[in-house]
Amino acid sequence: MISRRDFLQVGMAAAAAYGGSGFGNWARLAAQQKLTQDELLQFDTFGNVSLIHVTDIHAQMKPIYFREPSVNLGVGGNKGAVPHLTGADFRRFYGINDGSPSHYALSSGDFAALAQGYGRVGGLDRVATVINAIRADRPDAILLDGGDTWHGSYTCYHSQGQDMVNVMNALKPDAMTLHWEFTLGSDRVHEIVESLGFPVLGQNIFDKEWDEQAAEMFPPYTFFERGGAKIAVIGQAFPYMPIANPRWMFPEYSFGLRQDHLAQMVEELRDAGADCVVLLSHNGFDVDKKMAAVVPGIDVILSGHTHDALPEPVLVAGTVILPSGSNGKFVTRCDLDIRDGGMMGYRTKLIPVFSDVIAPDAEVAALIADERDPHEAALREVIGRTDATLYRRGNFNGTWDDLICDALLSERDAEIALSPGVRWGPSMLPGQEITREDIWNVTSMTYPAAYRTEFTGAFLHLVLEDVADNIFNPDPFFQQGGDMVRTGGLGYAIDVTKPQGARISDMTLLGTGERIDPAKSYVVAGWASVNEGTKGPPIWDVVESHIKKQGTITAAPNNSVKVIT
Amino acid sequence: MKLSRREMLAIGASAIAVAGGASAFAATDAIMGFTGGVEVSEGGITITAPEIAENGNTVPIGIEAPGAEAVAVYADGNPVPNVAVFTFGELSPSKSASTRVRLAKTQNVVAVAKMADGTYTMSQAAVKVTIGGCGG
Repeated sequence: MISRRDFLQVGMAAAAAYGGSGFGNWARLAAQQKLTQDELLQFDTFGNVSLIHVTDIHAQMKPIYFREPSVNLGVGGNKGAVPHLTGADFRRFYGINDGSPSHYALSSGDFAALAQGYGRVGGLDRVATVINAIRADRPDAILLDGGDTWHGSYTCYHSQGQDMVNVMNALKPDAMTLHWEFTLGSDRVHEIVESLGFPVLGQNIFDKEWDEQAAEMFPPYTFFERGGAKIAVIGQAFPYMPIANPRWMFPEYSFGLRQDHLAQMVEELRDAGADCVVLLSHNGFDVDKKMAAVVPGIDVILSGHTHDALPEPVLVAGTVILPSGSNGKFVTRCDLDIRDGGMMGYRTKLIPVFSDVIAPDAEVAALIADERDPHEAALREVIGRTDATLYRRGNFNGTWDDLICDALLSERDAEIALSPGVRWGPSMLPGQEITREDIWNVTSMTYPAAYRTEFTGAFLHLVLEDVADNIFNPDPFFQQGGDMVRTGGLGYAIDVTKPQGARISDMTLLGTGERIDPAKSYVVAGWASVNEGTKGPPIWDVVESHIKKQGTITAAPNNSVKVIT
Repeated sequence: MKLSRREMLAIGASAIAVAGGASAFAATDAIMGFTGGVEVSEGGITITAPEIAENGNTVPIGIEAPGAEAVAVYADGNPVPNVAVFTFGELSPSKSASTRVRLAKTQNVVAVAKMADGTYTMSQAAVKVTIGGCGG
């Protein structure tokens, strides 16, 4: 179990634990707790090597709100295992008090109320402070970036990732791996990678034509000598890049899990004198658990992609797996004792970046301001206001995606809307003004066309079944990460325990209440198609126009998906 | 012992049942044609194939079958399951080959090896073909 001292001192009354919803009471209680930067950063330096892991920042340079999911189902052997516990179940599992800082940082429940008390999270200037503090303890700590860094905001889109590259360079990473970065197009990726002072790693990035390692641009691993030990860091880029994202944007490359190649590489690195092998992974958490089980000899997996944040590591077959959240909300510190050719011990801490508690680093804050300066007027323009919490995470829907689907239905005059089940994008609180920046934070991408087309009922069923199998296939190696495609105007039932083809039933056109007819065609609007040449206005314009017309956004409960587990 | 088509199908059922239907029968018939109905043992061939095809139209696959004289490869969910027959001379340094195959849908890539002693062995690997498009 997590030791209170290793994470946060929390002092809620016992009577407050595991009760029903606080409906706002937590905010007052939260404000009474005095969190300090020293407490958040407190760490008894251990062993001889320190790793620092950040991942899935999605270009969030400024502090944001981020609501963790309340629905995150595990299947097969991972049913009921972390991170597939949410809300009160998650807190109970880790012994986290309701209303505590850990509750707010790590789990769902009373989000809007707790956010009032604890404030925003993240901000790369705060992340810089955390990293600097770790380096003050251990000057040669190794900073590893798990990828999904150069994607996800207005400024990132308009600078083709350069804003993030400039700010991250100030944090001085030692190595990185990639996912969404490839959607900048391979030419731009090459240009950035060649400009960096550190390697971009990927044992699973292959030249597609020759089916050989693309090691010149993306070395598979790199060695670090620290504290008298040799540490090998292997990169694992997102394995399903050409399937989940548009492959025409990076046609030279092939990816895949390549677990046999990885196993061989671990062996070779051990033979070459590695005392410790670290996998910097963009596999996703359940995939990394299986990877640890089938590939022997990995000491630590720094796990990204599925945006999970766990307060203590999960151990699989002697491998320490550390998922470090998303959107700049967390920094993981992992101290290792490496002696006599092996890892003798570890001490880790998932450090939540409470933006109002951790002081911004002045130098990085100035850099961020410089990057944003040319865009400030556009970023700050108020488009509307929300009376609801807007969030994205959840297996089947979130209020942000409900809003996006509503925008697609009305602005594109469609019967059914489809919105991709991505996991990036910050949350908003009731009462906040929605700016253009907020809209871009949940829509920014390089293939944003909001298409309008016709699908038959049979094809819609095929699409839902296909996506459902990418999430709920009981074998993690067939899970691509992400969540179920969001639907507007379309209700359905899903049995996550069934095989592909048998999960989705009761598809209903919500506008009329009639059953979806496999033979009939329906007008469908969506965005983020992986097909080249998709036509339509960018999704951010569609959403902006809709919010402008609405003025104030409210969120009706979404009961359109019936889930059977 | 000679195998019936039904028994042959039962051997093939261990990977995935998705293919099924007429094309699985076609694959079984094709395999029976290659083996002449001789009993086929399982294993002994390493098939290299992706878990999920990046592009179903061109899926890189490889086979390695130490001691084989010939290896026939089938895609059991394709309208025409026959992919290739690789024959190896005695002096071949390794009994391995690779090619690219079009897969119409999620199915098994099946490899059947004829060994030097006249026995046959079979391995298979499931490859998923997906629409894709929603990676988080």
